[in-house]
Amino acid sequence: MLGSFAMRAWHLWIAFLESPLSWDEQQLQTHLDTMAVAVAERFAGQAPLLVGIESGGAWVAEALNAKLETPLPLGTLNPAFYRDDFDTRGLKATVTPSKLPFEVDGQHIVLVDDVLMTGRTIRAAMNELFDFGRPASISLVVLFDIGHRELPIRADICGETLALPPHQRVELRGPSPLIAEIRELVAEDNRETRS
Amino acid sequence: MTPTLAPSSRVQLTEDGKLRHFLTTEHLPRSLLEDILDTAASFVDVGGRSIKKVPLLRGKTVVNLFFESSTRTRSTFELAAQRLSADVLNLDIAKSATSKGETLLDTLRNLEAMAADMFVVRHQDSGAPFFIANEVTPNVAVINAGDGRHAHPTQAMLDMYTIRHYKGGFEGLKVAIVGDILHSRVARSQVHALNTLGAEEVRLIGPKTLLPVDAEALGATVFTDMAHGLKDVDVVIMLRLQKERMDSALLPSEGEFFRLYGLNNEKLHYAKEDAIVMHPGPINRGVEIASEVADGPRSVILNQVTFGIAVRMAVMSMTISGQDSAPAGGAAHGS
Repeated sequence: MLGSFAMRAWHLWIAFLESPLSWDEQQLQTHLDTMAVAVAERFAGQAPLLVGIESGGAWVAEALNAKLETPLPLGTLNPAFYRDDFDTRGLKATVTPSKLPFEVDGQHIVLVDDVLMTGRTIRAAMNELFDFGRPASISLVVLFDIGHRELPIRADICGETLALPPHQRVELRGPSPLIAEIRELVAEDNRETRS
Repeated sequence: MTPTLAPSSRVQLTEDGKLRHFLTTEHLPRSLLEDILDTAASFVDVGGRSIKKVPLLRGKTVVNLFFESSTRTRSTFELAAQRLSADVLNLDIAKSATSKGETLLDTLRNLEAMAADMFVVRHQDSGAPFFIANEVTPNVAVINAGDGRHAHPTQAMLDMYTIRHYKGGFEGLKVAIVGDILHSRVARSQVHALNTLGAEEVRLIGPKTLLPVDAEALGATVFTDMAHGLKDVDVVIMLRLQKERMDSALLPSEGEFFRLYGLNNEKLHYAKEDAIVMHPGPINRGVEIASEVADGPRSVILNQVTFGIAVRMAVMSMTISGQDSAPAGGAAHGS
C-alpha cells in the first residue's frame, strides 16, 4: 500500500517535471484572451483604470488592454522605493519612474503584474498607489500565480496557477512578443527572488 | 596648497564595490559615478508628486553635522533626507559642543549613541569627513558636504547630472570652470568627475593668483584669458567669488575681476551657441556673473538646485544600502 502511494507520488513528481517549461506567444495570448474577458465581466458598468507594475506587469497590462473592446486608461507603477527589502537588496541604479496619467482618488484601480509569489511587490505597489490618492477599490490581475505567499494577498483574475518548487521561477520576456519560461534559481539569485 | 589625501577607494567602497561613504569623486570608478547619476534620475520625479516622499529611509536617522555654516547645502540635504522619509537632526556644531571643549570624537560617540545612521558632514578642514568615516561604527554612513579646499562631491555630481541632462553625455564635451579655482572644493571635485566620466577637455580659467599650482596635475588645461578659455566650450561653470578674497590682496577689486573674468553675454559669445551656463550658488551678480547671463536662456542655475535634491537622495540611498554588503538585486521574477 505504502509502495503504491510512493509510486503514485513519484509519478506525480515526474508529471510535474514534465509540465511546460515555457509558454510561447500563442499560449500566452490564449491566457490573455481569457483574462480580458474576465476583466470585462468583472468591471461591467464601471470604468476602472489599468495600472501595470514595471516591467513585466506593464507588458501584461498593455497586452490585456489591447484585447479589451474599450481600452482603459493605462498607467505604470514602479514600487522600487516602497519595497521592504531595501536594507538587504539595495536599490537598482535605474528605476523607471511611475507614470499615472490620471487621478487615483475615488477610482477603481486594476493592478496588473506578471507573476504573483510572496505578495510583497503588490503590498509595495498598493502603498505607492495611496501616495497618489485614495482609490475606491484595488483589484489584482496576474498572468501567473506561483504560490509561496507571505502576505494575505490574492489575485482576483489569474491566467494560470502553478505549483512551483522553491528553486524555480517563471520569467516573462517581452514586450513583444511575450513569452515565458521556467527558470532554475542559482544560489546567488535566492535573495532577489525571495520577494 | 591643498592637502594630499590617501586614495579614497578603501574608505568609500565596500569589498564588493558598493558605495559605503561618499567623501570625494576622486578615485571612484566611472561605473559608480554613472550609477549615482542613474539613481538620481529615478528620484527626480518624486519632487513633482503631490506627496513628495518615498519610504526608502523610513526609520533611519540622518544627522546634518555642520561645523561650517551653510544654509543652502544643509537645506537641500535636509530636504533630500526628508523626501526619503528619514528623521533629520540638524546640528550646528560650530555653535555648540566643540565650542564648549568637547572633542570631535566625543561628539561623534554621543551622536552614535543616539543611533544615527548617517552623518552629513561639512567642515572647514580638508579631510575631516575622512577622519569621521574612519572612526564611525560600521553601520553609519558618512557623506561629505564640503571640506576645506578639498572636495564637495555631491555638488560636483549634481553638476554632472545637469550636464548629462542637457548634453546627453560627456563624450566630446569641453567644459570650462571659471573663477576662484584655488579656494574651490567644488572645482576639484568637478575636475575629477568630468575626467572620470569621459569629458574631452576640462579647462580652468582664472587669474594666476586664484589658480592652484597643481592645476594641470588635476587633469585640466589652464587659461588666464577668458577669450581663449571659453572658445568653443559646451559648458561654462562659474564659481562664486568669495568677497573676503578681495581683502587678502589676491585680487585688485570686484570691478576689475568682473571686467576680466565676469561672465556677460559678450564673453559668452566665445562659447558654443548651445553652451549652457552653470553656477553652484549663491551668485554674486556683477562680480562673477552678469544678470543678463544668470537670468538668460542658457542659464540652468535653478535646475541645478532641483537636480541637487535628487542627486543627494541617490547618494543617501546608495550609502545607506552600502552598509550591508549584499549585492544589489536584479528584477524579481516572482512577487
